[in-house]
Amino acid sequence: MSSQDIPEENLPAAQSAGHDEHGHGAVSVADDKHPFADPGLPPHEHRIQDVDERAAKRSERSVALMFTVSMLATVAFIAAFVAIPVDKSVYIWPLGHISALNFALGMTLGIALFCIGAGAVHWARTLMSDVEVADERHPIEATPEVREKVFADFSQGAKESALGRRKLIRNTMLGALTLVPLSGVVLLRDLGPLPGTKLRHTLWSKGKLLVNMNTNEPLRPSDVAVGSLTFAKPEGLEEHDHGFQNEIAKAALMIVRLQPDDIKDKRELEWSHEGIVAYSKICTHVGCPISLYEQQTHHVLCPCHQSTFDLSDGARVIFGPAGHALPQLRIGVNDEGYLEAHGDFEEPVGPSFWERG
Amino acid sequence: MKKLSARRRHPLAALVVLLLALACTGGLYAVFAPADKAQADETAQSLTIEEGKKLYAVGCASCHGTGGQGTSDGPSLVGVGAAAVDFQVATGRMPAATSQGPQVPEKKNIYSQAEIDQLAAYIASLGAGPSIPTEEQYGPEGADIAKGGELFRNNCAQCHNFTGKGGALTHGKYAPSLEGASPKHIYEAMQTGPQNMPSFPDTTLSEKNKKDIIAYLDAVNSEKTESPGGLALGGLGPVSEGLFGWIFGLGGLIAVAVWVAARTAKAKKS
Repeated sequence: MSSQDIPEENLPAAQSAGHDEHGHGAVSVADDKHPFADPGLPPHEHRIQDVDERAAKRSERSVALMFTVSMLATVAFIAAFVAIPVDKSVYIWPLGHISALNFALGMTLGIALFCIGAGAVHWARTLMSDVEVADERHPIEATPEVREKVFADFSQGAKESALGRRKLIRNTMLGALTLVPLSGVVLLRDLGPLPGTKLRHTLWSKGKLLVNMNTNEPLRPSDVAVGSLTFAKPEGLEEHDHGFQNEIAKAALMIVRLQPDDIKDKRELEWSHEGIVAYSKICTHVGCPISLYEQQTHHVLCPCHQSTFDLSDGARVIFGPAGHALPQLRIGVNDEGYLEAHGDFEEPVGPSFWERG
Repeated sequence: MKKLSARRRHPLAALVVLLLALACTGGLYAVFAPADKAQADETAQSLTIEEGKKLYAVGCASCHGTGGQGTSDGPSLVGVGAAAVDFQVATGRMPAATSQGPQVPEKKNIYSQAEIDQLAAYIASLGAGPSIPTEEQYGPEGADIAKGGELFRNNCAQCHNFTGKGGALTHGKYAPSLEGASPKHIYEAMQTGPQNMPSFPDTTLSEKNKKDIIAYLDAVNSEKTESPGGLALGGLGPVSEGLFGWIFGLGGLIAVAVWVAARTAKAKKS
């Protein structure tokens, strides 16, 4: 589309001298009210397509080509969906090995959508009118006569309804309007029931064995080596139980063994068994499972917001946004030598809530 | 002799002396180094521990103490077992550099497998600990990959990411990527808990469990892993994928929009 294709007399410079078909907006001069003159719109400049019919034809063909490509891509999409097996893998640089079906569907759909957009943009830019249009705006308020009429009508209506005089009607109407929304409020009851004490209790209770989540066997103190990390669930909770996820989300337990001398917190030592301590695996910030345990520092890190707890010091928060120490489960050993809980957690596990206290 | 002393002030004398000294050192090294190796190769089984002790005295004792009892620079090695030695030395983590950061990184191993076995035999003789696993323990035969995935997500994924791509810990420490780690070393790491990694002894994570985990890692994080999604972006999950989408996806759209608007459609270019 070089300018050599354009006949000399059609060039905008030659044209503007002859006939000026488009107005250039309101041009005014400076006066007392408007100290700055409105220069109006700059003179309109033509596109090649406006002055050269051959260029316009070329643009038309380009737009049509893009829409046609889009159509073909859609057909290719359907063909790919039918023809390519789902497990076929191909190597495509730089993506590496990739599912052929995924790649074909993504590419064809992408091309189909892109060509529609590109065609529309090219159409609008080269063929649709690009003449600048000034659209005057006016104040939206009504004329004084209309306003007066509306207010007069309103006060007459108020007078005729006699709301001020017939108090019985007014009061009962207000009562009815007040009561109607109550039906909606009552329906909110079905959002319940309230959680009650569910947030404060877990499946742990006195005498429940600590079951290793890997082997599904109850743990003995000798199983848990210093520096090791084990996850436990309460005895009787099976993975295929209804509600397993709800229960384990509160009862998940993280068991580590420290040297008893390393335990700085008195209560922690008391609640442990020969250095084996059991802590809730649920972060007290927003409840992520927290188990990035560093066995040399005894720190536990939460992967979500980097809250860090010191398991050798009552799991107190040493970094991050968590507001409470991790709750500890008091454990001991039963007559048969298995680790057991000495009760439920003393405080609610997981994140804080309004009534937590 | 007189001739020699007469030339001692020659400008090239220092260079000659230096070359002689270098040749001497190199020669001595050539005499002794192969000798050590030859010895190691033909050492009888009964002498393995003795050889290990010698290697230990040279490479390890400065930090871990002459009897493996540990010093302020390194922990006691009594009872860590042969598996720990094989893991630490064969992955190049030990001997550690003197000025180490928050974590001893993996680097090139400087010992032969025979030397590592001698070191391991010596350390194992200090106190009972896990021994080096056999092919049968970590090999792929009879492993349950699906169960391994479950176990990996429950026990390992919090630090090593869902497919073992690794991740950050506190104060510059990190869980390394498990890509390219040999099954034997993965097994030993689970058993012994190197550095800040907790251990997963056989009593809580059985031999079969470990085999399953290794088979899972082989399926999801090795060169033969199939990735139907193509570009994995490090396999780090939504963070890298979102970042890629925002920067390249949205960035591309903005660039196209700017390009479209910047090109004038007018016949007379301004």
